[in-house]
Amino acid sequence: MEKRVTFRGWLLPLCLIAPQVIISAVFFFYPAGQAIWQSLFIPDPFGLSMQYVGLGNFEYLLSDKFYRASFVTTGVFSILVTLVSMIPALFLAVMADRLIKGAGVYRTLLIWPYAVAPAVAGVLWLFMFNTRVGVVSWYLGNLGYDWNHVLNGNEAMGLVVVASAWGRISYNFLFFFAALQAVPRSVIEAAAIDGARFWRRFFTIVLPLLSPTTFFLLVVNVVYSFFETFGVIHTITSGGPQQSTTILVYKVFADGFVGQDLGSSSAQSVILLIVVGLLTVLQFKFVEKRVHY
Amino acid sequence: MKKLVFGALAAATTAMSPIGAYAQTEIQFWHAFTGRLGELVAAQVDQFNGSQSDYTVVASHKGNYSETLNAGIAAFRAGEQPHVLMVFEVGTATMMAAGGAIKPVYEVMAESGAAFDSDAYIGAVKGYYTTTDGQMLSLPFNSSTPVLWVNRDAMEAAGVDPDTDLSTWQNVDAVLEQLKAGGEDCPLVTAWQSWIHLENFSAYHDVPFATQDNGFAGLDTELALNGEAQVAHLTKMGEWAKDGEFIYTGRRNEGGANFRAGECALFTESSAGYAGIKDEAQFAFDVRPLPYWEGVGNAPQNTIIGGASLWVMQGHEAEEYKGVGEFLSFLSSTPVQAQWHQDTGYLPITVAAGDATKEAGFYEENPGTDIAVIQMTAKEPTANSKGLRLGSFDQIRGIIDEELEGIWAGDKTAQEAMDSAKERGDALLRRFEQANK
Repeated sequence: MEKRVTFRGWLLPLCLIAPQVIISAVFFFYPAGQAIWQSLFIPDPFGLSMQYVGLGNFEYLLSDKFYRASFVTTGVFSILVTLVSMIPALFLAVMADRLIKGAGVYRTLLIWPYAVAPAVAGVLWLFMFNTRVGVVSWYLGNLGYDWNHVLNGNEAMGLVVVASAWGRISYNFLFFFAALQAVPRSVIEAAAIDGARFWRRFFTIVLPLLSPTTFFLLVVNVVYSFFETFGVIHTITSGGPQQSTTILVYKVFADGFVGQDLGSSSAQSVILLIVVGLLTVLQFKFVEKRVHY
Repeated sequence: MKKLVFGALAAATTAMSPIGAYAQTEIQFWHAFTGRLGELVAAQVDQFNGSQSDYTVVASHKGNYSETLNAGIAAFRAGEQPHVLMVFEVGTATMMAAGGAIKPVYEVMAESGAAFDSDAYIGAVKGYYTTTDGQMLSLPFNSSTPVLWVNRDAMEAAGVDPDTDLSTWQNVDAVLEQLKAGGEDCPLVTAWQSWIHLENFSAYHDVPFATQDNGFAGLDTELALNGEAQVAHLTKMGEWAKDGEFIYTGRRNEGGANFRAGECALFTESSAGYAGIKDEAQFAFDVRPLPYWEGVGNAPQNTIIGGASLWVMQGHEAEEYKGVGEFLSFLSSTPVQAQWHQDTGYLPITVAAGDATKEAGFYEENPGTDIAVIQMTAKEPTANSKGLRLGSFDQIRGIIDEELEGIWAGDKTAQEAMDSAKERGDALLRRFEQANK
């Protein structure tokens, strides 16, 4: 039976939800509405005049084959960032969970990278992989591998994925670690008595029990890779070489804040909003079915 | 949202200003310089403030060139624009098209009554910032032009005579091969590839980069960078890249670090690279004129400038514009200009400042520092070499960078890459035309 706590009257519940509603309205609905409105115009940079073009901005974008290609780039980038940020995080969380001594120290160290701003993380990784003075590229050179992300698109993609995922590993680790604490010891012990080894217990018991957390992180990480990664791309590759790391959100930023093409930039953010909305709906519809709460 | 932030900032600044400041008319000047250049700008401003008591110029750093332009635009939209805004040459068409946001310099000077003679400015420099009928819209501030930097020690180490004639690309081609054969890993490196190897290349060979006099004659301009001369040059550079004779280091001036560390033999970079190279290079170096292809177009014509100019923004009081006029007039005065030219390696903006520098014996003491001036002013500019005036040019440069990377990586031929750059760039030009109807 479901239990509900009900309020008497309207005032108190309204007051309680007001902060959330106001924050959403100011920081989400208002800007999103502005973006939709502006996407119908070609304004000049100074706001002196606006040409109404209807859906012209969308037509212009979708007929551009480079823009369409950046959907694929974004897909590859998002899948990689999500995998690279979640799998190591889960592995580290499982390992940290097994520790008896010093778990706190490991935990703290593993959470640190989350405090580094994306653009700064970008600079750090760029410095390590700098083709001329980078430590990693120097070692790779010694091994006979000529690292050059300035001209090699796959290497550039690899670098921005790692730089974007690195800080997220900490975030994901935190959630996985907390979720692992909630897995009942008795179930695991029972399995151990039945003779299941560690990895068998992990795949048949722990992983299914973690599924709500995994699902939550999947959604959050996909949204992260779609929206919050332009700082890393901007500092490391500026979308290059050629267009190999031009993801949708970077193009929104570059066209709007470097190119001053606010009409196109707004139209792109509307498209991005729709894409991420659809993705989230799909995730809830299909992936969530496999989640056991 | 932005308006709110700017409003809050403005309120905070006003509240904190000391009362005494109101005795003088304040002039806001936003620029993009840090480091040594930032110090030199601050010194100029201090000197102006100390030289008279009616106006105070307040200089603020607003980030790099793109960020400064964006700050200026955002401020204008919020009604908080500065009096004087530094805008890089790439943003020229954007500013020019914004008639309601800017106040042309010739108008400011006429109204303020400050000393101003537009003939005193060097034609090749001011040409970039004047209307087709010769009215100056913004004041050239820092201008440079690309030259060839030579690491003499690296040339000798590879067994090449460092005094070899490098004035043509034909000669450079032969030298690159010798350098490579002599064991040099990085024979040629460049900064600002589009600016040097396409924009200046076109002007220098007197071939169009874009139609409508490179955009000077109208917004209905189209790119012409897929012409025969440009494609031939890029094809050759692609071959050099393939043979390891040209090393690509990035879209901006990343190659400067390689050259200054002594790792590369030849480096095409702005004349304003002088300060940094002189400061860091632990080897003997030379400045040479930018090479040209013998027999292509009318080379050598003249090269064009890069750098920034000062734009006066609309919406201030007449009294303040009077101060702006005084400040701009001060910046153009011979001693200030000559000093700036000698300190930075930027070109002098007036003929008199160049002459004063020559008379002071600066060029003799610092050989090669006059090459940029000579290269720019040897011939009267043509329609192809006056400069470029293209909307959305920052983005177009991004497209050109992408396409050039296709050539360096061997994925595209020069013709394919430039045809694609033209197609994509023209689409942006049409949008800009539409936005500024």
